[in-house]
Amino acid sequence: MPTADRAGESGLLEVDGLSVDFATDHGWANVVADVSFHVGQGEIVGLVGESGSGKTVTGLSILGLVPSPPGRLAGGSVRFEGRNLTGMSERQLRDIRGNDIAMIFQEPMTSLNPAFTVGDQISETFRRHRGGSRRAATARAVEVLELVGIPNATKRVEAYPHEFSGGMRQRVMIAMALTCEPKILIADEPTTALDVTIQAQILELLSSMRDTIGMGVLLITHDLGVVAEVCDRVVVMYAGQVVERSPVGPLFDEPRMPYTEGLLLAMPQVGAASGRLASIPGRTPEPWNMPAGCRFHPRCPYTEQKCTERPIPLLAVGDDRHSRCVRTAELELRGVR
Amino acid sequence: MTARTLGSPGLRRFVRRFRGNRLSVVALVVLSVLVLSSALAPWLAPYAPEAIDVRNRLAGPSVDHWMGTDSLGRDTLSRLLFAGRVSLFAALTAVSIAAVLGVPLGLIAGYFGGAVDWALGRAADVLMTFPAIILAIAIIAATGPGLTNAMIALGIVYAPRLFRVVRSATLAVRAETYIEASVSIGTPSYDVILRRVLPNILSPLLVQISLMLAAALLAEAALSLLGLGVVPPTASWGNMLGRGFEDIRSTPALVWWPGLSIALATLSFNLIGDGLRDAMGREIRKGS
Amino acid sequence: MLGLFLRRVLVSIPLLGVVSFLVFSLIVLVPGDAAVALAGPDPDPAQIAAVRERLGLNDPYLVQYWNWLSGVLQGDLGDSLFTSQTVWSSISARLPATLSLAGLALLLAIVLGITVGSVAGLRPGTWIDRVATVTASVGVAVPYFWVGMILVLFLAIDNTLLPAVGYIPLTSDPVSWLQHLIIPATALALAPAAVIARQTRASVATVMSEDYVRTAKAKGLSPVRVVGKHALKNAALPVVTVFGIEANRLIGGTVVIEQLFALPGIGQLAYQAVFARDFPVVQGVVLVSAVMVLMINILVDVSYGYFNPRIRQS
Repeated sequence: MPTADRAGESGLLEVDGLSVDFATDHGWANVVADVSFHVGQGEIVGLVGESGSGKTVTGLSILGLVPSPPGRLAGGSVRFEGRNLTGMSERQLRDIRGNDIAMIFQEPMTSLNPAFTVGDQISETFRRHRGGSRRAATARAVEVLELVGIPNATKRVEAYPHEFSGGMRQRVMIAMALTCEPKILIADEPTTALDVTIQAQILELLSSMRDTIGMGVLLITHDLGVVAEVCDRVVVMYAGQVVERSPVGPLFDEPRMPYTEGLLLAMPQVGAASGRLASIPGRTPEPWNMPAGCRFHPRCPYTEQKCTERPIPLLAVGDDRHSRCVRTAELELRGVR
Repeated sequence: MTARTLGSPGLRRFVRRFRGNRLSVVALVVLSVLVLSSALAPWLAPYAPEAIDVRNRLAGPSVDHWMGTDSLGRDTLSRLLFAGRVSLFAALTAVSIAAVLGVPLGLIAGYFGGAVDWALGRAADVLMTFPAIILAIAIIAATGPGLTNAMIALGIVYAPRLFRVVRSATLAVRAETYIEASVSIGTPSYDVILRRVLPNILSPLLVQISLMLAAALLAEAALSLLGLGVVPPTASWGNMLGRGFEDIRSTPALVWWPGLSIALATLSFNLIGDGLRDAMGREIRKGS
Repeated sequence: MLGLFLRRVLVSIPLLGVVSFLVFSLIVLVPGDAAVALAGPDPDPAQIAAVRERLGLNDPYLVQYWNWLSGVLQGDLGDSLFTSQTVWSSISARLPATLSLAGLALLLAIVLGITVGSVAGLRPGTWIDRVATVTASVGVAVPYFWVGMILVLFLAIDNTLLPAVGYIPLTSDPVSWLQHLIIPATALALAPAAVIARQTRASVATVMSEDYVRTAKAKGLSPVRVVGKHALKNAALPVVTVFGIEANRLIGGTVVIEQLFALPGIGQLAYQAVFARDFPVVQGVVLVSAVMVLMINILVDVSYGYFNPRIRQS
């Protein structure tokens, strides 16, 4: 069990001070600001935030997939097994993508290529990184399809994406990602586009794959319900910054950042029961128009003078916990357990 | 959506957007110059287009003949101006014939649908199976060479293209609620078509007509070049080019000038068409 | 795929029937008495009667058509009114030149159009893209016959790099064949290449922002594979559509180009037949060119099935 957020000790994947800018009509806008976290072997880490919080860009920049232009890496590093990914050439990165670190995306409908069979798309990854014959690669495709629970996999490798349901397509995506038995899987909102019962199945699949393959998972989501179900630790992002970092249990019991409290209370079952804040008022600020001081202060119910004066650092607040709130010691925030 | 109808606010936005497209505005200016200089040819041209000057054959540019002369000593500039009249007018005639045939049929097919639509659609399919120039040549083979016959032939060849555009635009407009409203209060069909449908398909129609004028100009030039369209001694850009090619070794200017004129005119029509499309395109705009 | 092909061929048969009827009916457009008009200058009654007999103008119209069609189905397009040859032998003797010209031009248009379009579409907004876009706008508009003339001026007259006119059969001298066809084929290919480039640019630019392209990158594939395999196959559909339209236009253009460059193709045959009012030959050429267009359309439709598996299965 990780006991401290010290990079280099337990992190298979270490993101350190990552900053990403995007070119906009208003000039360079900073969408990911000084983000740090790590993912260890066999661990599922949730990266949580509203849309626009920078969580997807963070996920993409780990593999160097942020489109450029308009994006650019403005600072920080990503280390994988001690190697610096941000310093690597594109060619070296390609050997890592899909092989050591795989990624799956939100839309299983559009993330698979409609013009090729799923078998082709899965075996392509295998042949890219492991070589070998077409036949061996197809056999591997059947194997991973079976692994993710696609019935009749020997026949289904010949099928095209449009012949699968949404949930099945996401299974195919996962199968594709698992082909080379990656050490890290980045899953960007893997269940958002699916209906609730399918969501649960996919989450269960992810966590059982973690157990079989022993990979670390970075689960990007806006849904704390998903986090509660499968994650070991949580990184909460707001307006490009990490605002709270914590093991799952304590975060749900006792959040240390008002934004996290807002997210917890916005979870459907809880919000309804408490009768309080059903959603956080206001909107995520635009990256070219960030509030001074705490970036959350315009929406925060606990704002005081000192929240607005200067940028707030990420503070250690106990056992493996960090919060970006100056009032965190004074506040008694409500958990949900 | 308020921009659905081509009412005055919509029209104003349309004009504003079109004006914002610099290339299209330049094209409009270039085209206006071509049209004006052609229209005013009798007053602008220094010589009669058929005036022969045997002592000055295949001459280079000079004070007397700014663009030189052809193999009969005719003034190239004068011929170019008069040829512009013939060529531009020919293109306009061909497209008008296509419009007279294609627009009403497209409206009918799109508005009423059913068997009429099916039959007209298949007829258009058949006509579009022939390469345009070859069909035009075949029609001219039957009717004989000449500008009028060539224009009628081109009009017939282009009609199905216009028909298709009008039909699909009508189909889209037909599905709008304000059409249904008119129909439900008992407005006669022809009234709905003329007052409600036609104004709303004008913009795609204009775009198509602009592009078609370019195509017709090219086709007319090709036919005249072959001697199937405008018959000498009347000058057109196409037959000037055909005649000029014979003297290309000694006087390449005879190929340059008419060719440039055709190219400028077709380029202008195309750019104006593109500008019109961008100016009206809600859906296109949204995508970018 | 084969099923799709056969289905498409079956659908074309009634279309071809109507097309043939139309081609036959062209003679209706001849003003006055067709036999008089087609018998040449100052015909005597015997000549007129002979033409009438040869064209079968004495029979009822549908019978005339039926006789003509049953001949056509057996490969008999009738006889020329002026030469002693059958129409089919005149056409088949001239098909190689036309097919050489059209084939080479189409190949050039595809290669040029897809290359330029892809390069521009992969870098939207850059100067390469802008240069390509402007070039394409101009390329669409300039008259192909004029381009041919200017190329002759530069490449055959100012510099004698290539022959100006003429044709050498592929079988007798492939190099010379190519040398004679480069200028006419380039002239003919320019506008279709520009249209294909425009469409390819738009499709590639759209496809490159699709999620599955991101997936392909995340798999560690090289840019060549991401673009060449994943993007281009999806970008191909609209490109194939404009290719079909442009192929139709290009076949029409061969008539003019063959005449300008003295290429002995079916376009030149048609041209001569128009002036000779050799109507059976005109009909034959029109029919053959319509069949060429139909075949290209079938190929285009079948290729939809290759590029989009949904079409194949429906």
